[in-house]
Amino acid sequence: MALLEIKNVSRRFGDFTAVDDVSFTVESGEFFTLLGPSGCGKTTLLRMIAGFDLPDSGAIVLDGVDLRDTPAEQRPIHTVFQSYALFPHMTVAQNIAFPLRMAGKADDEVRTRVREAVAQVKLDKLEQRYPHELSGGQKQRVALARGLVNRPRLLLLDEPLGALDAKLREQMQIELIRLQRGVGVTFVFVTHSQAEALALSHRIAVMNHGVIEQMDEPDKLYGFPKNRFVADFIGNVNMHEATVAATGGTLTLELGTLGRIAAPSREGVKAGTGGVFVIRPEQVSIRAAAEASPDPNQFEGVVNDFLYIGDVTTYIVDLPDGKRFEALLPNSAPGRAKFFEVGDHVRLSWKAEAGAFLDA
Amino acid sequence: MHADTSTRTRSGRLTQWLVSGPPFVFLCIFFLVPAAIMVVASVRYPGEFGALAPLFGGRPGEDSGITFENYGVFFGDWIYAQIFAKSFGVALATTLICLVMAYPVALLIARSPRKYRDLMVLLCVLPFASNFLVRVYAWMIILGPFDLLFSRFAVIVGMVYVHLPFMILPLYTNLEKHDPALLDAAQDLGANAWNRFWRVTFPLSLPGIFSGSALVFIPVLGMFAIPEILGGKDDWLVGNLIKESFLGTRDWPFGSMLSLMLTAAVLAIAAGAAWLAKRGVARA
Repeated sequence: MALLEIKNVSRRFGDFTAVDDVSFTVESGEFFTLLGPSGCGKTTLLRMIAGFDLPDSGAIVLDGVDLRDTPAEQRPIHTVFQSYALFPHMTVAQNIAFPLRMAGKADDEVRTRVREAVAQVKLDKLEQRYPHELSGGQKQRVALARGLVNRPRLLLLDEPLGALDAKLREQMQIELIRLQRGVGVTFVFVTHSQAEALALSHRIAVMNHGVIEQMDEPDKLYGFPKNRFVADFIGNVNMHEATVAATGGTLTLELGTLGRIAAPSREGVKAGTGGVFVIRPEQVSIRAAAEASPDPNQFEGVVNDFLYIGDVTTYIVDLPDGKRFEALLPNSAPGRAKFFEVGDHVRLSWKAEAGAFLDA
Repeated sequence: MHADTSTRTRSGRLTQWLVSGPPFVFLCIFFLVPAAIMVVASVRYPGEFGALAPLFGGRPGEDSGITFENYGVFFGDWIYAQIFAKSFGVALATTLICLVMAYPVALLIARSPRKYRDLMVLLCVLPFASNFLVRVYAWMIILGPFDLLFSRFAVIVGMVYVHLPFMILPLYTNLEKHDPALLDAAQDLGANAWNRFWRVTFPLSLPGIFSGSALVFIPVLGMFAIPEILGGKDDWLVGNLIKESFLGTRDWPFGSMLSLMLTAAVLAIAAGAAWLAKRGVARA
């Protein structure tokens, strides 16, 4: 049986439908992420799971029990808030002990469990500090320890890494994964950062306008987006209007004035269907125009600009009909940082199996 | 760059002096000087026709110079300690009643939608728009028919009525600043409504409770109008005694001595409270 079942949950605020007939299940031990832009309904959904808000229709079921009549304080679900919401008048130890005290645990047990939790998030020696004496990363750890110490069935995390700087965020991501595997608590994580979602999750539900656009494992989501929104929201993508010219072993697409390309076939697509062709920049090869490519899809173009990131360079290439493609080139060749300059004539190419046609 | 910074700092310091200077001078002249005069007055004799006797070169037969007689009278008679104790009792009762009554009001305002808060605060301070004495006399009309007038009860009712806004305002100012996410977090972590209040809201509001209590306790100690109007003859407080010394018997030295003793008592209590608070924090 699934640990958490969201069954046809809807929530409206006046005319605005924040969550629109959403259903999904979360398995025990899973790291599940709700990903979407701000206002997509992910936080509303999280608040309903925590018990701060009730669905207008549908049910939230934990361990087979409908939570409708269970107030937030009685749900075995704890939350790590975006602002951490640490109690400023309590020390680190008192903050972490709070849920244990509320559950009426004996002093001995509280002490032992707090000590364990403190060690788990590496806050030793900071137990007697007050929240205002901690750094952002330390506050984050206290919030995590406080959420986990009473062993909830479910830990909700509301953009917990949003306030940290890039370096620290990466470090905390690794610790989050380690912590989640270590304690075996089911995490439901809310974020607007696709990179964070891909790095952390077992499964991701991409939300937009109150509905789930796609729910999948990170690599499937990235590799096989179901529609334009998901393709565009997760990672970078080249997206161009296309019409199906012919079906068969591979799909033949008419890419506007650019010409025809071969693309992976898809079931249920008929000739004449309009949609978009999407391909990730790392699937597009780039080489000097003079060099030949074995790929069936290839176009010559001119480098318009490039973004040097360090490990890779993204080249922005203009094709003759004005279409713009991005191609990613690893800078792994020793002694060489740059391959092409602005204005260079280059050849873009990709395999028939690369990219996808989306009509949704 | 360095020169630039130091110039800015210097001009900043000048601005600081210009801004804080006038109130500083004001306080020195109108607070410290009168206080010093009181200290001196308390060790002198009253003049022939009241007020103060000259310090030097008094007329023959008139007392002049320095004396600790007033302090001797104060410590030599139980009645003064009793009046002090009674005054502190009334002030304490008033403060506690104000606190219990003001807390729900302040909490209600702080948790109301932002657009109504200013109006509600305005309503709390609206009584100040009419004269204080008129309002106290109004209580005579209210309490009279119930035969409650001229009693300790009437005094405390009047004290609470007059000082309630001074408790509501600092409490509201404190409660309004609380981060609502803390209550969400407390509830999320298993705290019921009582625990959310007792473990989160209440401890965080202690600074507001302290400042509100000071704003009620200290003025009540010195209040003489309310006991005079609403109290019986047994309800004289320190304030009445001081007022009577200055305006009735015109014994300024004795009145000054009483004022100083009151100040000393308040300071002792404040120091004691601060010490307790510090110990409380250290233990928590």
